[in-house]
Amino acid sequence: MTNSTRNRIKDKAFQFFGIFCMLIGLVFLGALLVDIITRGLGRIDWDFLTSLPSRRASRSGILTAWAGTLWILLLTSLIAFPLGISAGVYLEEYTKKSKLSSFLEINIANLAGVPSIIYGLLGLEVFVRQMQMGASLLAGALTLSLLVLPIVIVTTREALKAVPPSVRQGSFALGATKWQTTWRQVLPASFGGILTGVILALSRAVGEAAPLIVVGALAYVPFVPSSPNDEFTVLPIQIFNWTSRPQAEFLVNAAAAIIMLLFITFLLNGVAVYLRNKQQKKIKW
Amino acid sequence: MSKKPIKVEAKDVNAYYGDFHAIKGINIAMEENTVTAFIGPSGCGKSTFLRIFNRMNDYIDGFKTEGEILLDGQNIYAKNVQVDELRKKVGMVFQKPNPFPKSIYENVVYGLKIQGVSNKAALTEAAERALKQAALWNEVKDNLNKSALALSGGQQQRLCIARALAISPSVLLMDEPASALDPISTAKIEELIHELKEQYTIVIVTHNMQQAARVSDTTAFFYMGELVEHAKTKTMFTNPKDSRTQDYITGRFG
Repeated sequence: MTNSTRNRIKDKAFQFFGIFCMLIGLVFLGALLVDIITRGLGRIDWDFLTSLPSRRASRSGILTAWAGTLWILLLTSLIAFPLGISAGVYLEEYTKKSKLSSFLEINIANLAGVPSIIYGLLGLEVFVRQMQMGASLLAGALTLSLLVLPIVIVTTREALKAVPPSVRQGSFALGATKWQTTWRQVLPASFGGILTGVILALSRAVGEAAPLIVVGALAYVPFVPSSPNDEFTVLPIQIFNWTSRPQAEFLVNAAAAIIMLLFITFLLNGVAVYLRNKQQKKIKW
Repeated sequence: MSKKPIKVEAKDVNAYYGDFHAIKGINIAMEENTVTAFIGPSGCGKSTFLRIFNRMNDYIDGFKTEGEILLDGQNIYAKNVQVDELRKKVGMVFQKPNPFPKSIYENVVYGLKIQGVSNKAALTEAAERALKQAALWNEVKDNLNKSALALSGGQQQRLCIARALAISPSVLLMDEPASALDPISTAKIEELIHELKEQYTIVIVTHNMQQAARVSDTTAFFYMGELVEHAKTKTMFTNPKDSRTQDYITGRFG
């Protein structure tokens, strides 16, 4: 066998191996989706979306859970995005390269990898106990904000890095200050990238149960929260609660709630992809 | 040629990138409404020196400038000088066209907007004047809201010139403004430089000796961070004093 035949065989072999690896992921995801949908789709109706939780599976709904999820999404956005984007802008545009800045950089990246339950414990001590917020929406949203902040900061910085330095130089050369350059040129040009990161951070937050359970979110909340100080539950906790029940009907409820959670996540991801493509079409460097 | 007043003057200017001595004790004076060409081999410091005149090197970590740069007799490196004010007087055009990812109109009026000009009529008028000065008006007047990134390279560079002119600077720095352009666009830019010197003092860095000969009144030859020779362009190209200048312009190195 000549060398080049051998090389071609290796090439083909890796191609097949790659396809195999990809299929493993896809097949499992597909099987999961099919299983969930066949079990849960029939359970989703108007009553399911608008009913309070109940001890009887057939009368239970996810009204409080998705209302809590929306509240959490809203509050987390309001808290985490201004903070994270500002921090990212500061780190990328304002700090000089130094030992301190690279130390900060590494640790922010590390924070993105800290298990979410640790953030839950932090939130429990700081927000629930020290600041006496109790197991409220605000405490939960603050905790999730801490969780997603590193993601927002890192993606903001990546988006800012993608703006060519020549744009900043052009702006400075016309007498713009750093702030004017950032606000009028760099941020608009990186808007799509930042938004994508922000939405991906949100879709991470929407699926978290562990930190919120630690903070004290309840599984059974018989009312729709009406202010950030109210107690709450979210979809992942409701799902977790139902799957731990012995009755089979609750598993069907869980499957239906999972479909709703996936729907929200896919929706957020879809919006992120759409915005990124739109921005890429508009700005070609 | 009658003697014109001195617009920009460098006195004993040294500059360093960290430990690297990039600009070595340069003295040079440029007269008002003239075109000065900076020539020299790559890495000789001519672009670095150009960027000293609008303090664009301030953003480079570890960059240090010594000496005085006088603009209308005022040292632009004095403590009380605000760089944004300086750059309103000293405009710059870069090597690669760098339009903002916005409309043509927004590109031209950006410099005025950041100064706080918000009167629509004033902005529109300024945009038209600057685009006419940059010989771009006829090509874009019907598409002012089109993205600047959709223009050709040559048009983008003239847009960048228009953008610089819109805030009425008195000095225009051009860092190899035609090196990324085709011959026709290059000719347009050169023609433009001829017209602009009626109103502006222009300093242009170029790698192209014919270009220096065509557009400039005086030429300065830089080598290894030093200013070797600065003379009337005609004299320089026919009768250079320094043997290094002679070698460079006859193409023996660089």
